[in-house]
Amino acid sequence: MRPQLPIERHTMAVLVDNEAGVLARVIGLFSGRGYNIESLTVAEVNHAEGLSRITVVTRGTPPVIEQIKAQLERLIPVHKVSDLTVEGPAVERELALVKVAALGDPRVESLRLADAFRARVLDTTTDSFTFEITGSSEKIDAFVELMKPLGLVDVSRTGVVAIKRGAGGM
Amino acid sequence: MPPEAQGNMMSGAEMIIRALKEQGVDTIFGYPGGAVLPIYDALFKQNHIRHILVRQEGGAVHAAEGYARSTGKPGVVLVTSGPGATNAVTGLVDALMDSIPIVCITGQVPTHLIGSDAFQEADTVGITRPATKHNYLVKNVADVGRVMHEAFYVATNGRPGPVVIDMPKDIQVETGVYTGSPKTKHRSYQPQLKGDLGAIRQAVELIASARRPVFYTGGGVINSGPNASQLLREFVRMTGFPITTTLMGLGSYPASDPQWLGMLGMHGTYEANLAMHDCDVMINIGARFDDRITGRLNAFSPDSKKIHVDIDRSSINKNVHADVAIVGDAGHVLEDMIKVWKAGVHRPDKQAIADWWKQIDQWRGKDCLKYEPSKDVIMPQYALQRLHALTKHLKPYFTTEVGQHQMWAAQFIGFEEPNHWMTSGGLGTMGYGLPAAVGVQIAHPNALVIDVAGEASTMMNIQEFSTAVQHDAPIKVFILNNEYMGMVRQWQQISYEGRYSHSYSDSLPDFVKLAEAMHGVGLRCTKPDEVDGVIEEMMAIRKPVIVDCQVAKLENCFPMVPSGAAHNEILLNARDAGLERADDLALV
Ligand SMILES: Cc1cc2nc3c(=O)[nH]c(=O)nc-3n(C[C@H](O)[C@H](O)[C@H](O)COP(=O)(O)OP(=O)(O)OC[C@H]3O[C@@H](n4cnc5c(N)ncnc54)[C@H](O)[C@@H]3O)c2cc1C
Ligand SMILES: Cc1ncc(C[n+]2csc(CCOP(=O)(O)OP(=O)(O)O)c2C)c(N)n1
Ligand SMILES: [Mg+2]
Repeated sequence: MRPQLPIERHTMAVLVDNEAGVLARVIGLFSGRGYNIESLTVAEVNHAEGLSRITVVTRGTPPVIEQIKAQLERLIPVHKVSDLTVEGPAVERELALVKVAALGDPRVESLRLADAFRARVLDTTTDSFTFEITGSSEKIDAFVELMKPLGLVDVSRTGVVAIKRGAGGM
Repeated sequence: MPPEAQGNMMSGAEMIIRALKEQGVDTIFGYPGGAVLPIYDALFKQNHIRHILVRQEGGAVHAAEGYARSTGKPGVVLVTSGPGATNAVTGLVDALMDSIPIVCITGQVPTHLIGSDAFQEADTVGITRPATKHNYLVKNVADVGRVMHEAFYVATNGRPGPVVIDMPKDIQVETGVYTGSPKTKHRSYQPQLKGDLGAIRQAVELIASARRPVFYTGGGVINSGPNASQLLREFVRMTGFPITTTLMGLGSYPASDPQWLGMLGMHGTYEANLAMHDCDVMINIGARFDDRITGRLNAFSPDSKKIHVDIDRSSINKNVHADVAIVGDAGHVLEDMIKVWKAGVHRPDKQAIADWWKQIDQWRGKDCLKYEPSKDVIMPQYALQRLHALTKHLKPYFTTEVGQHQMWAAQFIGFEEPNHWMTSGGLGTMGYGLPAAVGVQIAHPNALVIDVAGEASTMMNIQEFSTAVQHDAPIKVFILNNEYMGMVRQWQQISYEGRYSHSYSDSLPDFVKLAEAMHGVGLRCTKPDEVDGVIEEMMAIRKPVIVDCQVAKLENCFPMVPSGAAHNEILLNARDAGLERADDLALV
């Protein structure tokens, strides 16, 4: 048996050609080779050059993480892969929309907590709020937990986006 | 429209032919159907490119693989949508696993019908995404030229592999301006050929300090081209070190050379496997630490420092940790290694290397490939020894099917040159050898091309014998007929107490009559003293031949490192495996 290696969480930024099927290639690579996807986001970041940026959060032992990076790099439409966890420091953010339906005290309490978390109210009705919150995934987890007993209806999360700190690229 | 564009106005189908011509393609392997009729029409109107009509699309891909592996050029395939494309999938995965450059054009339903479950529609790019190195769906006729050239670039550069281009029928018919040239590259895919010089120096130092070294080389040396094989020979001889090659690397180093230890791995030689197990420095060039090589990973060569040269970054540290990793092309890296070695002053300890050879010679003394000869039945090993001895002066090309016969061929045919050995290693596809032989023969019309086959594998793609007949490809299908799926039966004998569950080749055809019915020639031998005569007769016939060589039915292939075992737990014979010698005579 290989010695027990620690499982690590890594955030990778992947710059790809914005072409049909590119996301399927990345996702197929993860499922086909049995890697984990904890979070994945994608959007075009450079229209002129047709480039999209995928941010993927994954877990694995150090050799598996190294393989994931090498496997991503050999996909033909991939320009660059940056393991932000290794090459960091990097900042990570996630955005969530959180809907709570409540009346009376719970309604007031949800608003008070939202304020403490610096969540904004995006939509209000007499019996509901929709909050917008940004922060680390842990912060959003904590906020969602607190909303549950107060009448949580739905959560929509973007998944993690990340970027390197300082003046350097990726 | 600018005047120069006018000459470049053409249909998508014509663009495909134009791009193939510009790529220097002389042969394609294909099978028509509704969704590629415009391309077939364009083929009809030209005579630069030869089309080899196969009998099933799977055969087209294997033939293209044989063509590619034996020439170093990419193999080209043309098939229709739906079933044409799905039939090609096995061949595509085979080429992916064995790093064979293939460009496969598939027809597709017209763009406006995609997604409507149209007649013979299949999601070809979806199905072949994990089956290819890369694939394309062309949705605009203006892209055809560029995509075609890019596909060739991707298939042949870096680690080679199959590329699919899915061409909707309307795109084939529409006209547009042809763009693209054979110089087209991919804007982000630019594999690195030269290795890092610092790492190469480090590797050479490690090599110079070795006391029990071994070269372990693979298909990557073949992929790199004949020059890499020459450089490998040069470097290995300079060092005086032993060398072993994988199944895919056979021919990159001459089998007749005293420094060669034979193939390693599950059915490799005793000396090669023990040298790998006991070495202190392992020099891996273009091999990928496949599980058929390593056996149980935690027992694999426990005391060695490992140097790994590979063009594909992901092959490094995938299964086995490399102490010195060099990403680059085998030929380029070998060239630099030789330069650094020549410039250096350090040399391995002569005494240590001499002692190591003494140890290796002791292992060689086991004569691990020996078998019990017989006067009454043809031993498969004997048949291959004779096949090798009688044909080697002609420098034949060999393909194989998959099974015991494949391993015996690897053990008993000595390969002296690269690109003369075509076998399905990574996927292990039964039915590969016959169509691959057709592809090899088409590329080398005057050469002797032999498919070493098993009777069960032969039945998987027997229809391609007709292809050989139609295209005057005088291939020789040399069947070691043991009436069993021998490799399966061997495992059942060793691991399942001899319960031969569905591994008997029942209701076999009469292969001699079959060959005749298909307008080829059939020959048969049943006794050892008939073998030479049949081989000589086979060689003299300028037509496709099937030889039904009826061999011992229950012979097993040794040495054998059972899966999950360590190299030094290698079984040398039936006794090691806990078996009595198979009692063939009683069963004949
Ligand atoms: C029934 C059966 C039994 C088998 N038993 C054995 C056995 O006993 N022994 C054995 O060896 N095999 C055996 N095989 C084959 C085995 O499954 C693998 O296919 C084989 O070992 C892989 O060979 P390889 O390591 O040379 O890699 P290949 O599959 O040839 O891969 C080549 C490697 O080189 C790299 N490469 C490609 N181009 C270049 C370049 N230009 N420069 C540098 N690197 C490059 C690639 O990235 C890759 O990592 C068996 C197969 C079957 C079907
Ligand atoms: C397409 C495919 N199906 C199944 C297998 C599993 N398999 C490996 S070897 C073998 C038997 C091959 O028999 P034969 O061609 O007669 O060769 P022999 O081992 O007897 O030499 C089988 C079924 C395979 N490799 N490929
Ligand atoms: Mg058989």
